[in-house]
Amino acid sequence: MAVYERTYKQFAGKLTPEWSRFLIIPRYAYRDVFKSKLFTAFFVVCFIPLLVEAILIYLHHNASALAIMKVNVRELLPIDGSFFQFFVNLQAAFAFFVALLVGPPQVSRDLRNNALPLYLCRPFSRAEYVLGKMSVLLILLSAITWIPQLLLFLFQAYLEGAGWIKDNLWVAGAIVLGNIVWILLLALLSQAVSAIVKWRVIASAALLGIFFIPSVFAEVVNNLFFTHWGHIISLDASMRSVMGGLFGTYVRSTGHVVDFDNGVVRQIVLNEPPLWCSWATLFVACAICLALLSRRVKAYEVVK
Amino acid sequence: MVAELAQEEELFAQSLTLAPVISLDGLSVHFGERPILNNLQGELRGRAIGLLGPNGAGKTTLIHTLLGFHPASFGTARIFGRDITTDANQIKTLVGYMPERDSFIAKMSAVHFVRLMAELSGLPSDAALERAHEALFYVGLGEARYRKLDTYSLGMKQLAKLAQAIVHGPRLIFLDEPTNGLDPPARVRMIRLIREIRDSGQANIVLSSHLLRDVEECCEEILILRDGHIAVYCNLEEERKANRKFLVLETRGDQNKFAGALAGLGCEYAITTDHRLKIVLQHGVEIRDLYRVASEQQVQIRRLSYKRDSLEDIFLKAMENGNGGL
Repeated sequence: MAVYERTYKQFAGKLTPEWSRFLIIPRYAYRDVFKSKLFTAFFVVCFIPLLVEAILIYLHHNASALAIMKVNVRELLPIDGSFFQFFVNLQAAFAFFVALLVGPPQVSRDLRNNALPLYLCRPFSRAEYVLGKMSVLLILLSAITWIPQLLLFLFQAYLEGAGWIKDNLWVAGAIVLGNIVWILLLALLSQAVSAIVKWRVIASAALLGIFFIPSVFAEVVNNLFFTHWGHIISLDASMRSVMGGLFGTYVRSTGHVVDFDNGVVRQIVLNEPPLWCSWATLFVACAICLALLSRRVKAYEVVK
Repeated sequence: MVAELAQEEELFAQSLTLAPVISLDGLSVHFGERPILNNLQGELRGRAIGLLGPNGAGKTTLIHTLLGFHPASFGTARIFGRDITTDANQIKTLVGYMPERDSFIAKMSAVHFVRLMAELSGLPSDAALERAHEALFYVGLGEARYRKLDTYSLGMKQLAKLAQAIVHGPRLIFLDEPTNGLDPPARVRMIRLIREIRDSGQANIVLSSHLLRDVEECCEEILILRDGHIAVYCNLEEERKANRKFLVLETRGDQNKFAGALAGLGCEYAITTDHRLKIVLQHGVEIRDLYRVASEQQVQIRRLSYKRDSLEDIFLKAMENGNGGL
């Protein structure tokens, strides 16, 4: 129908499948996100560690390149679980900053402009809305975390030979699961903060605070009570434990202190909370975020 | 398989034309302990349905409940025969909604915004873009469609809201106070658009407003709400067709005696003020008979005019009595 035919007409064409409609939100969001040259530059920087990782893997298997550089293969980092864990942690930090920049305005902007009724009066549920908004971060963060790292793992497996992948398949699982838990946590937290705080800068500060304030508080508790159980309230520490558990580097006992009690010298072993506690902390944080989102993402707030 | 699908589609289209636009089946909505809508009953079938009522009567809550924003506390309602609770998603594919308050997505041009809304309604991307352009041209924002919504005037924002409500070609359009804040020319343009959509026969309209003139100009049926109850249901179209005219007389003299004499002629009458009375002429009674009776009763007729019950009369009556029904 041409533009000049200015009459009201129903749409007679075929509609898109309902399951795919949540992806409309990230598509439109990326246009806005990548309008900022600063963000685009930062996003490109996020790939630099991955490039370094790829070069290191390549060098391990290229004798002539090592000979030119006069480097012995033993002097390079070994390519094992710890190697991948190091880069997973590095990318996790980049992912956090991307979430800090992209996440907070997502829901808050819609709340500020009363846009929710426009979404929800269409065949588009609240769950789809939240999923759509989360997908903005999930897709973006996947692109700088587990997807390239999994490709690099396959690259290493290809260069190393069939036996290596058999022995190290668990590393691939740890890369995918660890990263997914992290980006899911980031996406949920930033959407929940965004749904509560209407102003972008305050929302970003709040997201930063959620990670740093409990960590500081946890350290205070640890030092006061000669324990490491304070880590249970720190999302950062819980995530580190979970990553350690997945990559097989988790150790329960991480230090000891010497205490003088009535003239008796005591050595107190500092134990980290069990691994399941760290998982539970992350799970509870995600559940709280979902509860907040379900409370806030409504077409209209009803004052009872 | 194809034949079955075609048959299903035909049945679906038939159900849309045969079923009432909105049927209310004991619909009640409570916010906490506070009842907002109370046991609403009835069927609305008009091409344009006006929702009237004073502030806080429950007009917007009724629209929100029909759109599935608020759950019904008791009873239910159906739109084109589909239950608002069980078939909410199906209903949402059939409706468009223009909210009362400013509702936009920030940092977007109008065409971008309307296209997004069309895509969320299920239109493929290309069709959504095409229809976004069309909808904006249709409402009169063609030249300003690439401008950011933040830079729009109030009137333009209202038109952009209308464009997003009609871009996917819904069968039923809910318009909540569409003329709010518009200057007279913009109001006229908005009313013209609403009437055009109504007359196209492609969509039914539910217009909620507290401006009687808007409703009178656009609607065929009206539902007046008061304190969450239906105060009056009125089919304006039938009223107009019935052409129930009456005379308003301004007189000097003994009005009661004159009224009594008119009753003798078989005319119904109502004394409105000291010098005014309304009468409905009986068949066979002519104006000159009124003058004759006035002369006999020594009453002067100072002014005489034909009137029809206006929406304002109906509304004011509803606010006084308030026990209408469908």
